[in-house]
Amino acid sequence: MSCLEVLATGPLSTIQDLGRPGLAGIGVGRSGAADGGAFRLANRLVGNDETAAAIEVTLGGLAVRATRDLTASVTGAPCPTTVDGRVVAVNSVLRIPAGAELRMGVPGRGLRSYLAVRGGIAVPPVLGSRATDVLAGLGPDPLTPGELLPVGPAPARFPLVDVAPVAMCTAGEIVLRVEPGPRHDWFADDALATLVSRPYEVTPDSNRIGMRLDGPALERSRTEELPSEGMVAGALQVPPSARPTLFLADHPVTGGYPVIAVVTAADVDNAAQARPGQRIRFRLRNGFKARSA
Amino acid sequence: MRFLRCADSGLLIELADLEAVQALYAVLAEDPPEGVTGLVPAARTLLLHLDPRANAAAVEAAVRAVEPRDGAPASGDLLQVPVVYDGADLTEVAELTGLTEREVVHRHTSAEWTVAFGGFAPGFGYLAGGPPELVVPRRTESRTKVPPGSVGLAGAFSGIYPRESPGGWQLIGRTGLEIWRADREPPALLRPGVRVQFREVP
Repeated sequence: MSCLEVLATGPLSTIQDLGRPGLAGIGVGRSGAADGGAFRLANRLVGNDETAAAIEVTLGGLAVRATRDLTASVTGAPCPTTVDGRVVAVNSVLRIPAGAELRMGVPGRGLRSYLAVRGGIAVPPVLGSRATDVLAGLGPDPLTPGELLPVGPAPARFPLVDVAPVAMCTAGEIVLRVEPGPRHDWFADDALATLVSRPYEVTPDSNRIGMRLDGPALERSRTEELPSEGMVAGALQVPPSARPTLFLADHPVTGGYPVIAVVTAADVDNAAQARPGQRIRFRLRNGFKARSA
Repeated sequence: MRFLRCADSGLLIELADLEAVQALYAVLAEDPPEGVTGLVPAARTLLLHLDPRANAAAVEAAVRAVEPRDGAPASGDLLQVPVVYDGADLTEVAELTGLTEREVVHRHTSAEWTVAFGGFAPGFGYLAGGPPELVVPRRTESRTKVPPGSVGLAGAFSGIYPRESPGGWQLIGRTGLEIWRADREPPALLRPGVRVQFREVP
């Protein structure tokens, strides 16, 4: 039954799918792949449903051995990838013969890569999902060497293309579009202008829950306590440090600090590819102005 | 009702008070408008998670057309929670409230609490409906490790820690009840709308 043997994991490799929507009422966030676009592509390349589980690899370093013939794909941050020592292309359909090893090196740009296998990783779901939620402690534990992963039955449909043309992860400054609110009125008049005027740096204190950013302070005009309220992925929550935290897939269901602006849904995937040390520039989406009357 | 956009990912609805949140949540949870993928009730707000392709203006119009229903979401469930009242902050709570420790326990067990909303951790429910005398601030410093089953107070709420975690609530007791188990159906005993009666046990 087990079809993938984990040989090495790099800094962090977890099993992910599209998460657990609709359970916020009992304190469970959505979780799931941090870069949903890359994750879906990985599944599509091997003919899986987009809901199949795959492996999210942070900063490369994953090595697996196939215990039977497998069809796989690697997407997201472009890792130099080999099958039994031969270099293979990312964003393509890969054949891994029984006994062969697939190794993913450290990507030159981007942070999170996805390894999908035809049939999906078939560990038992928890609350309807196989995603590892590092905040809630739900789903399978992060992968460890020696682990054997089951792969599900192949879907009826076959891979349609050999290679997908994909925009490269940005190596330099990442531009993320934001919209003001929901609590920008809790900040000083110039705070939104400050947010978009100069870049922020991704600090090492970043994970699947969120990304702490270093840069210009966003001063508040209201200092009373905000009763906790629901949070979305992409929210820029501003704690007392006055530097924003950008919420990612495993963000808390609710939060008690005001959110000055939210990264648009389409750009949250790009945010999830930002590496510690990389710079992020926020840009107000068309139609929004930094200063409200 | 004030509608605050969270880009194309959400719509935050600000309401007058917790009762108004529960009244709106009760109706929307049963029949969410098209494009709404999740609801997060909180103390004064209700967040609607949106499919980014959803028409937020249409969702807002649909919510405005809703007739909120009085009271918490219909659940009817009454959960008895056995508690040993020997919490590390029981003395502190007595001092803060001007009550004796026995009076704190009496008021905590006399009230009928209702799960208003979840959050903080899987299975953690914010229990509302307690007596005004038991309103206490959070601890000035939060503990790094609160044992699972700890029963606490913070603000106007009571809560039970589902598993070991950091936490700043004033701990008054502990229960052996397993309030969260991911492999159980339902996994959370404390779901919005569930009524809770605390019972003192030796």
